[in-house]
Amino acid sequence: MTTIFDCRCGEGIGGLFPPLDVPERGVDRLLGEHLARKVPLRMPDLSEPQVARHYTKLSKMNFGVDDGFYPLGSCTMKYNPKLNEEMAALQGFADLHPRSNVSASQGALELLFELTGLLRGIAGMADVSLQPVAGAHGEMTGMFLFKKHFETRGDDKRTRILLPDTAHGTNPASAAMAGFSVTEIASDPAGTIDLDALDAALDDTVAGIMLTVPNTLGIFETNILQVTEKVHQAGGLCYFDGANLNSFLGKARPGDMGADVFHFNLHKTMSTPHGGGGPGAGPIAVSDVLVEYLPVPRVVRAQDGFSLDWDHPRSVGCVHSFYGNFLVAVKAFAYILQLGDEGLREVAENAVLNANYLQQRLKKTIPLPYDGLCKHEFVLSGKGIAADVSTLDIAKRMIDYGVHPPTVYFPLTVREALMIEPTETESKATLDRFAEILERIADEAKRAPELLHEAPHNAPVRRLDQTQAAKHPVLTYPFGDSETPA
Amino acid sequence: MAYPTECRYTKDHEWVKLDGKRARVGITEHAQAELGDIVFVELPAIGTSVQKGDNVATVESVKAVGDVFSPATGTVVEINDHLEDAPEVINASPHEDGWILVLEIEDPDELGDAMDAAAYEAFLAEG
Amino acid sequence: MRYIPNTSEDRREMLASIGVPSVEALFSDIPGDVRRRFEPIGLAARSEMDVAGTLAAMAGRNRQDGVCLLGGGIYDHYVPSVVRHLLSRSEFFTAYTPYQPEVSQGTLTAMFEFQTYVCELTGMEIANASMYDGATALAEAVLMAERIRGRGMVAVPASLFATLRHVVDTYSWAADIEIREIPYGEDGTLDPSGIPEGASAVVVQSPNAFGVLEPLDGLKDRIGDALLIVSVHPLSLALIEPPGAFGADIVVGEGQPLGLPMGFGGPLLGLFATRKEHLRQMPGRVSGRTVDADGHVGYTMAAQTREQHIRRQRATSNICTNSALCALAATVYLASVGASGLREVATLNLEKAHYLADGIASLAGFERTFSGAFFNEFVVTTPESASHVHERLTRAGFAVEAPDGLRERGLDNALRFAVTETRTKAELDRLIDTLGGAE
Repeated sequence: MTTIFDCRCGEGIGGLFPPLDVPERGVDRLLGEHLARKVPLRMPDLSEPQVARHYTKLSKMNFGVDDGFYPLGSCTMKYNPKLNEEMAALQGFADLHPRSNVSASQGALELLFELTGLLRGIAGMADVSLQPVAGAHGEMTGMFLFKKHFETRGDDKRTRILLPDTAHGTNPASAAMAGFSVTEIASDPAGTIDLDALDAALDDTVAGIMLTVPNTLGIFETNILQVTEKVHQAGGLCYFDGANLNSFLGKARPGDMGADVFHFNLHKTMSTPHGGGGPGAGPIAVSDVLVEYLPVPRVVRAQDGFSLDWDHPRSVGCVHSFYGNFLVAVKAFAYILQLGDEGLREVAENAVLNANYLQQRLKKTIPLPYDGLCKHEFVLSGKGIAADVSTLDIAKRMIDYGVHPPTVYFPLTVREALMIEPTETESKATLDRFAEILERIADEAKRAPELLHEAPHNAPVRRLDQTQAAKHPVLTYPFGDSETPA
Repeated sequence: MAYPTECRYTKDHEWVKLDGKRARVGITEHAQAELGDIVFVELPAIGTSVQKGDNVATVESVKAVGDVFSPATGTVVEINDHLEDAPEVINASPHEDGWILVLEIEDPDELGDAMDAAAYEAFLAEG
Repeated sequence: MRYIPNTSEDRREMLASIGVPSVEALFSDIPGDVRRRFEPIGLAARSEMDVAGTLAAMAGRNRQDGVCLLGGGIYDHYVPSVVRHLLSRSEFFTAYTPYQPEVSQGTLTAMFEFQTYVCELTGMEIANASMYDGATALAEAVLMAERIRGRGMVAVPASLFATLRHVVDTYSWAADIEIREIPYGEDGTLDPSGIPEGASAVVVQSPNAFGVLEPLDGLKDRIGDALLIVSVHPLSLALIEPPGAFGADIVVGEGQPLGLPMGFGGPLLGLFATRKEHLRQMPGRVSGRTVDADGHVGYTMAAQTREQHIRRQRATSNICTNSALCALAATVYLASVGASGLREVATLNLEKAHYLADGIASLAGFERTFSGAFFNEFVVTTPESASHVHERLTRAGFAVEAPDGLRERGLDNALRFAVTETRTKAELDRLIDTLGGAE
């Protein structure tokens, strides 16, 4: 795979910027010999055609939602409406400096204000902050709110966060960033929280619980009201990870389930693109008791327009340079405006229908550990398909059939897990084709396992040596080496 | 596999070979197979005191982290620093060359709750 | 609904296949009490055309006709057209995190290039594939230094951008790290005698909140074994000696100037670089070079055991989604300008900013507040109320930052100006004339 640094370098290509139009004083004079750069800058000078070809070539080695089925569990790889992209590119949004005078930013502030209101309604909770820029960032901010809440009340015993053994890794990592230790609660045989285990774990050292609803097995906690009530009774707070909101959008609200903090992943549920790993947005909705601790500034509406309000002495402060990922918020706003209540409902209905349909079709081929009503995703186990074939092999073989593999080896409670989330933007025909592909792969696993062991065969690269990458990290271009690594 | 009978085994898949008050510790064949290709081993400093159950070392593969828990209270007196350059030795020889550390332990009776080879094999079979 | 391909016929067949009478039956697992409490948000569905009109009107209510002299980490730069164009390829922007490397070589190769570019700019050995923004990158550097040294205190300059300071304060409060301030001297640079002892790290921002460049030589030797964290302006590094050459341990910065729109403050791009010896403590994703089964070079996520999906509560950070597409934009930008183009645009920034500074300082009653060398941003002291001057400039069509921020730092009658390559001599002359002219 050639990198930009392998491209043949030109010299002083230029042509982007007009010449200096003020009298030149000279870099050395203005900076001084002392500060001026002596370390060489090894960045190739290239013509535009070279740049365009290189990145176009790279793009073709990628697989996006527009390329094919992308059933990554808990990621909600739904179609990204192109209207969103157009709206975020509007000059009035894209070219607006965040330090502009408030009078020059009324449109942007209005959008943030309106979106805050819409998310408040969707969550059914008291208020929302758009400042966190990723789900994990929202989790961390929520944990900061918990910490601030107990600190303000002088309760310094509450140092633990409970979470189920199916929790996504960001949950305990976020709790740790707020100084909490974590205690895992085992799931019961149905895959949901074991209420007895919860009772045993609750005491006055528990700050609260972090739950994903529905959980990462795609199963809704039918006891959710009991869970949140028990935690509240023990003096704790309830954090809901909203990664799986696609499954109950327009049908139910986390505020009605006892959530004290709920984060949205706009890049999942609200159709903003994943971008190869970001940028996303992770706004948080909170219950009454936590409103005063929300990050500042808040966007408020007064008689004469919208403005930024910093006057919240109990706020946890800031978690981002400015107001969150505004251009991502624009995309989510456009999406919600298009959908309306009816559209939000249809999202969940079709997502859940697609998942249950696919689950029933696939369980004949690959074992389904939790065989019951699922929400928008479900987990299969690749263990036992064939003796020496792993979930990883199955996943790599799917690539040869033109689909992106689902999430693998998560949640940790299922051996050889395959987590599948079709989303509502896939057709029945795509799901049927996917089921056929898995049937063929399962068959190959028994008849010709080497096809799976050596997969992928039809990708831009064959299976990559991750052990080598981990043992001998090469993280920058080896300038001065002409060989590829051994 | 038939696990060496001169060792005792913990439910966290460590093996312990006791020689007087010195306990040599490593991870089992099962553990290295579960982890996959081992790429890094984090060893404690010689002289570190540990309590039984403390996380005394860490074994990393590409996709997983395996904690090594101290089977007894004591002091680290030897570490296998060959593992710093060649962590894969644990995969090739988990019970011999892939030993991780040696503890000087205070009370050999603390190892009483560890399993013998037959019990460990049965424990693995339960899955 | 436009984004749902299934027909009612499809839905009927699927329900029959599952064996339930209706879609509602698929929601029977949600407790009735919860279902009953539900309230819609009261919004009707709207067409694309309609929504586009509403949003265009909203965008129109933001004024960008003012000549932009705003800065503070975010700047009005020219983005080459090829950048936006290549970013719009859906294989890049609709892809997920590259957990399956064989179908993500585009993303992973670009990440590797980005990491390399960041190391070149900063003079450091390794870099991650992005943090959320320069502020959280600095906050995470503080957390990382504390993990390494464990002293419970980090020293930061009083001349740090307020936006960075607020985030560092929040993250440090949560992690129980004390933050102590280092004063600045008359010329606007850090006063090294004011650096407290026993810190896990000493933070320096260069150029700082006053636009002044901090001399870094000898600093590492003066701070004992505290880590040196430097927060940079990436464009300035085309012309100034990078922190890596002065022994910096961690370098962070805001990458927005490298081909990103200002976007009312987000998404941004956190830069994070450090030394190889600190790899295991570094937060964030990294792409590493390796080979495939046929021996061809390829890229994959490396050192994943630091990350949350494996190490969970013991991870170096909780970060998962980062600013990947923005990092791609910066990579394409740097590829488009190259070293000579980057030096060229940085020089335009430097020269034009000095032209304006000199022009303003030549006016009666105006002077540069700090004498230290600067890149593209500077502070001036005004002869009369800075608010009046600010008002005058605003009315004349210049977007200048209100003086409140500087006033809060104890600088009354001061204004900060940032000048980029997009400011013309005519605009700068008009600004000088406006300031010089009678009311």
